[in-house]
Amino acid sequence: MVPVAYYLILAAVLFCIGMTAFLIRRNVITMFMSIELMLNAVNLTFVAFSHMWHEVSGQIFVFFVMVVAAAESAVGLAIIIALFRSRRTLNVDHVNLMKN
Amino acid sequence: MTEFNTTWLWLIPALPFCGFLLNGTLGRKLPRAAVSAIALLFTLAPALIVADLWLFMKSAGAPLALAVGTKPWIAITGFQVNFAFAVDHLTLLMLSIVTGVGFLIHLYSAGYMAHEEGYWRFFAYLNLFMFFMLVLVLSSSFLLLFVGWEGVGLASYLLIGFYFTKDSAANAGKKAFIVNRIGDFGFLLAMFLIIAHYGSLGFNTVFEKVGASSMSGGYLTAICLLLVLGATGKSAQIPLYIWLPDAMEGPTPVSALIHAATMVTAGIYMVARCHVIFDRSPLALTVVACIGAATALLAALIALVQQDIKRVLAYSTVSQLGYMFMACGVGAYEAGIFHLMTHAFFKALLFLAAGSVIHALSGEQDMRVMGGLRKKIPVTFWTMTMGVFAIAGLPPLAGFFSKDEILYQAYIWDNPLAKLLWAVGLFTAFLTSFYMFRLWFKTFFGAPRFDEHHAAPHAHDDGQAHASHGVHESPAIMTVPLMVLALLSIIGGWVGVPLALGGHNEIEHFLGPVFNPNHVAEHVAMRGPEVGLATVSVLTAFLGLVVAWFFYYRKPGTASSLAAKVKPLYALLDHKFWVDEIYGVLIVSPLQMVSRFLLGGLVETGIVQGVPATAAGITRGAGAITRRMQSGNIRSYAGWLALGAAAVIAVVVFLH
Repeated sequence: MVPVAYYLILAAVLFCIGMTAFLIRRNVITMFMSIELMLNAVNLTFVAFSHMWHEVSGQIFVFFVMVVAAAESAVGLAIIIALFRSRRTLNVDHVNLMKN
Repeated sequence: MTEFNTTWLWLIPALPFCGFLLNGTLGRKLPRAAVSAIALLFTLAPALIVADLWLFMKSAGAPLALAVGTKPWIAITGFQVNFAFAVDHLTLLMLSIVTGVGFLIHLYSAGYMAHEEGYWRFFAYLNLFMFFMLVLVLSSSFLLLFVGWEGVGLASYLLIGFYFTKDSAANAGKKAFIVNRIGDFGFLLAMFLIIAHYGSLGFNTVFEKVGASSMSGGYLTAICLLLVLGATGKSAQIPLYIWLPDAMEGPTPVSALIHAATMVTAGIYMVARCHVIFDRSPLALTVVACIGAATALLAALIALVQQDIKRVLAYSTVSQLGYMFMACGVGAYEAGIFHLMTHAFFKALLFLAAGSVIHALSGEQDMRVMGGLRKKIPVTFWTMTMGVFAIAGLPPLAGFFSKDEILYQAYIWDNPLAKLLWAVGLFTAFLTSFYMFRLWFKTFFGAPRFDEHHAAPHAHDDGQAHASHGVHESPAIMTVPLMVLALLSIIGGWVGVPLALGGHNEIEHFLGPVFNPNHVAEHVAMRGPEVGLATVSVLTAFLGLVVAWFFYYRKPGTASSLAAKVKPLYALLDHKFWVDEIYGVLIVSPLQMVSRFLLGGLVETGIVQGVPATAAGITRGAGAITRRMQSGNIRSYAGWLALGAAAVIAVVVFLH
């Protein structure tokens, strides 16, 4: 049986990749994907702990997270399309109309 | 008339207040006739109510005092002040003076002010003054009296500064207001002391408690002296008389009404009203008498050399108020109030007549350019003559009886100072007679010195230039009040003819219930020297007349050559004993220094402005540092978020 630490290390690595990508990329879709990556890293820890403690509530939590993430992607993608239509760009640094 | 509806008492002050509200709010849009009609109606009506009240109080079986209104006004544990009015014979007399003379002066003003800007404002203020003055005399507690007291001060301030575009008028208004504040401070402290010792401010309660206890002196003296401080402010006595001469910057009817006939007598009224307390403090009474005598003499001396016709009258008012103070001080409150009444008649008359002279000369006030006006303005001349003879104390005019009564009472006063006070009073009577006849001769006799052609653009006391149309008599609306007041100045004294001169001294009997409720003792036995004293004072008055006649009619150059001979003395009088300057050096300048450097420099710029400035600086500095975080860049927020989360984890993992 694989020790739980492995799962956790994998999840931490995934989370850090997602976070780094979020911080350094400028493309909205890439940033969106990195958020999903971070969410899934968290999901992984949930499942790992759930498995370790033989406790099903962690897996139910994962489903909730996935549902919310799906809804969020639907709304987010819609916003991104609207944004692209009006600004012809997906670079967040150029979307600064509300600043100043 | 044996019925009187006491709710009418409320109407006496309320009606002028309505007039004030009407003229104050709508007056700007109303025609002048409507404004004066409102003002006159709302002062005539209280006069009629007072007349009705008078008939009622004089009728057989009428109570000696009426009280109305016991609605609590201020009520806290253990202390209550009622919103209440009371009328006794003293109040009745004051009410008659205020409403009667007040109405006449309103009437006169309608003519005098006819060409002035701000006509509605003038009458609104005048009605406001009437309201507060009536509250003052009607009130049955110290607190309500104080409300009236402050209110008349306000009205006085507004009216002195009526020509507010003129610096001197605005400053005179401020001076009057501030000097009065000093007096009011004393009055307030006196009220606090009364509350502390008697737990009430109602006249009846306090006076009963004072009467019931057998103490004298002690804190009663403190209360009295503080009340006297208040009275010296309002009634222009030493040391606070300096505001009254400057108050002549106001329009002449205002000088007549507020600064001669009514408001300045409030201090006398208050002392007389509180006679129960004063009777218990011989020291305070002595102080009052001495202040009165000193003021009478000082002001009369200054009046000798004034060239402005209104300033002569102003100092004369201060001097006459000194007489009233002296009368109160020697315990002869009846005589003080009697003189208050006759003075209200003849001084209002003198001021209004002076106003008529000024009006006739298109705003000229300097007596040096008057002269020979006797034939040109005969009505003014004859009415003013009555006033001059009355104030000089020539029998049988009003001033003689009241002044003589005061001198007599001072003479028989049971005090080592009595003879001194009498002598000062007598000398002042001579001075009074002299400076009044000086005014009379300089204004109405001799060669005309007024150049009509140069008068047109001459600046007016009122800051306006009257249209010059030659020396002319005033219209009837101004001369009729003059005639009525002249009549009163002649006969007003006849109610106080002393027994020794074959009279009944009705005023003393009338006011007796107020001042001596227990004994009607008439010191007939002591009336012996009265005839002699009266003779002396008449001779003194004649002496003043003769000297003035010699100086200013027979040999007009005498006065100036005499002045040149005693130059230092003349300069002393001409500069009013440098009192204003002394106050300026001793009080005003240090106060301004403190204000400018301590308050202005340290407190204002250091604390008042410094503290907020420092707080703002700190906030701004902190903001300058922290606003770098709020870049608006979403990735930097995310970075901060990550850093924060990492920090939290670090704390939880490593420090827990």
